[in-house]
Amino acid sequence: MLEYSELKWRCRRGMLELDILLNSYLDENYRTMSADQGAVFNEILDYPDQVLFDLLLGNMQSSDDNVNRLIRDIQRIHQ
Amino acid sequence: MECKTTAVVSGDVNDSIDMPDLPRRQFDALIIGAGGGGLRAALQLANADASVAVVSKVFPTRSHTVAAQGGMNAALANVLPDNWHWHMFDTVKGSDYLGDQDAIEYMCRAAPTAVYELEHFGVPFSRLDNGSIYQRPFGGQSQNFGGDQAARTCAAADRTGHAILHSLYQQNIRAKTHFFDEYFAVDLLKDDQGYILGALAFNIHNGEPVIIEAKTTLLATGGAGQLFRTTTNALINTGDGMGMALRAGVPLQDMEFFQFHPTGIAGRGMLITEGARGEGGYLVNADGERLMERYAPKAKDLASRDVVSRAIATEVREGRGCGPNKDHVMLKLDHLGEDVIQKRLPGIRQTCITFVGIDPAVAPVPIFPTAHYTMGGIPTNRDGQVVMPVKDTPEEPVPGLYAAGECACVSVHGANRLGGNSLLDILVFGRAAANHIIDYLSENRYHRPIDSDSLESAVNRMQRWDRKGDGEGESVSGLRDELKMVMENHCSVFRNDEVLAEGVAKVEQIVERFKHARIDDHSAVFNTARVEALELENLLGVALATIHSARARQESRGAHSRTDYTERDDINWMRHSLYSLDTGLDYKPVRTKPISVDSFPPKARVY
Repeated sequence: MLEYSELKWRCRRGMLELDILLNSYLDENYRTMSADQGAVFNEILDYPDQVLFDLLLGNMQSSDDNVNRLIRDIQRIHQ
Repeated sequence: MECKTTAVVSGDVNDSIDMPDLPRRQFDALIIGAGGGGLRAALQLANADASVAVVSKVFPTRSHTVAAQGGMNAALANVLPDNWHWHMFDTVKGSDYLGDQDAIEYMCRAAPTAVYELEHFGVPFSRLDNGSIYQRPFGGQSQNFGGDQAARTCAAADRTGHAILHSLYQQNIRAKTHFFDEYFAVDLLKDDQGYILGALAFNIHNGEPVIIEAKTTLLATGGAGQLFRTTTNALINTGDGMGMALRAGVPLQDMEFFQFHPTGIAGRGMLITEGARGEGGYLVNADGERLMERYAPKAKDLASRDVVSRAIATEVREGRGCGPNKDHVMLKLDHLGEDVIQKRLPGIRQTCITFVGIDPAVAPVPIFPTAHYTMGGIPTNRDGQVVMPVKDTPEEPVPGLYAAGECACVSVHGANRLGGNSLLDILVFGRAAANHIIDYLSENRYHRPIDSDSLESAVNRMQRWDRKGDGEGESVSGLRDELKMVMENHCSVFRNDEVLAEGVAKVEQIVERFKHARIDDHSAVFNTARVEALELENLLGVALATIHSARARQESRGAHSRTDYTERDDINWMRHSLYSLDTGLDYKPVRTKPISVDSFPPKARVY
């Protein structure tokens, strides 16, 4: 899994909404993330900002169940 | 980061100074920032066969342009009659007559071409049934110089910024623009005659520095919304280019003009659109009082943005704020019922649930005005050249230095930006700057040697954060949070001399304390603490410029609203502010003469 500091930088995005959700999720979960969870998190950080925004704000669903599970976990971070 | 200490810098290097053996790269043009303005300029230059480097601290398509959802103004007249002169009138009026009318004429005339160019680059603009580009109405747009509503904003659905950024990035890849992705630009480099000759940057991946030598440098680093605790801006918007310009001796212009949106989610910043109040939502204070009835008895919660913003700030200042810190008010929507909210405001409902865990159908949402757009910036002329006063000349170009987009102040937005004009600004002036750079390059064919003092100063600034202190000194993150709170409390929508004077003292105190600040991470790889320290230094320069300019301007104009000087004062204050780190405040006249048409003289800004 990538180091925390590298993931932290990859959570810097062009939209405030993504900054808040991704950074909060990383800070709360990095220590307890499994290698598989870390890989899915790293994968979604490759998505374009607009796609990530649509997934996290519920406008779109992924065809990958692992991604949808992660998105739901991130959505719950401030609830 | 470790640097060797043997000196190999060209020119006369003082051997007693620890000068690092740094790698160098040479380009015709260096663009700092990879948002829409930087990428538009880079593409124009690469297509003209100039060698172009783009430095971006994040991957280019993660620049803040991606967040611009609204669209881009151009008088295409596809939906309603329109022409560039009406667009110009609206922009001058919207600027509260502080915009430079030559630059505004240039932008409005260039707008249709800018749209058609984007279309050719692949931006999928939304269409009308007849196949021409769809245009939507936006606030502040009129037909026939203040008449009926116009429809002037071209959009690619609700993701215009995203579409523009991705199209421009792909075009730049095709044109072989060189990208330094995830590099942080530390400072501009120059020679002893004041020519700007590139920048010192480092690779965020491994901390390795590089000197990027360039005959011309364009700053396109975007706005500085991170100056305020509550902002719509992404974390990357830390005014880096403005900070670099200030340290290079260039003043910042009109920084007191910062656009706020009244209803941001408190403590988070993202917008709750006016639509929520349009559907019947209203604001309440800690006493449960419907506060807008006192501030705007007629329009109430649908009063104009600045009135609502000031009302919220006044409630909080006078102790009627909600929550344990009494630092926000509440937006009440639950009385509308779940069905109405889900049907008419589904996006707002989802945003509230996701970011604050509150379903507006059940409970009120915490609200505070949110900083949105930096109208001021690095002063430029309409060719994108950075200009500053030299002796009796108010606008002398700084050789080799250009700026475009939100970091620049050309000035087309003056005291208040109209919706749909920011994407237009970055594209028109990114292109204009590149065209001037192409001419400049034909007359400046060779690289000039960089002055050793300039390089030394930049290296010192970067290496400061490598030195392990004794564990004392305040943390960078603590100082950043304090700065943002001071700016929010003393320089946002509620401004008077007493509040601003306190704010000036507090910001200056933070600047002093920053000199002894520390970071605990001294590693080379993805050292985000070092980046954040350098970003805070940039923000501190921008904060000084903003709060000093705001205190000095004794009038209310556009976004600068003073409770002790409530009227616009065209006799004394129709002039641009300039703030320099070395010499403090100065002023220069507004360019009221357009290029080819008559001036629009100042009138009351009534809609």
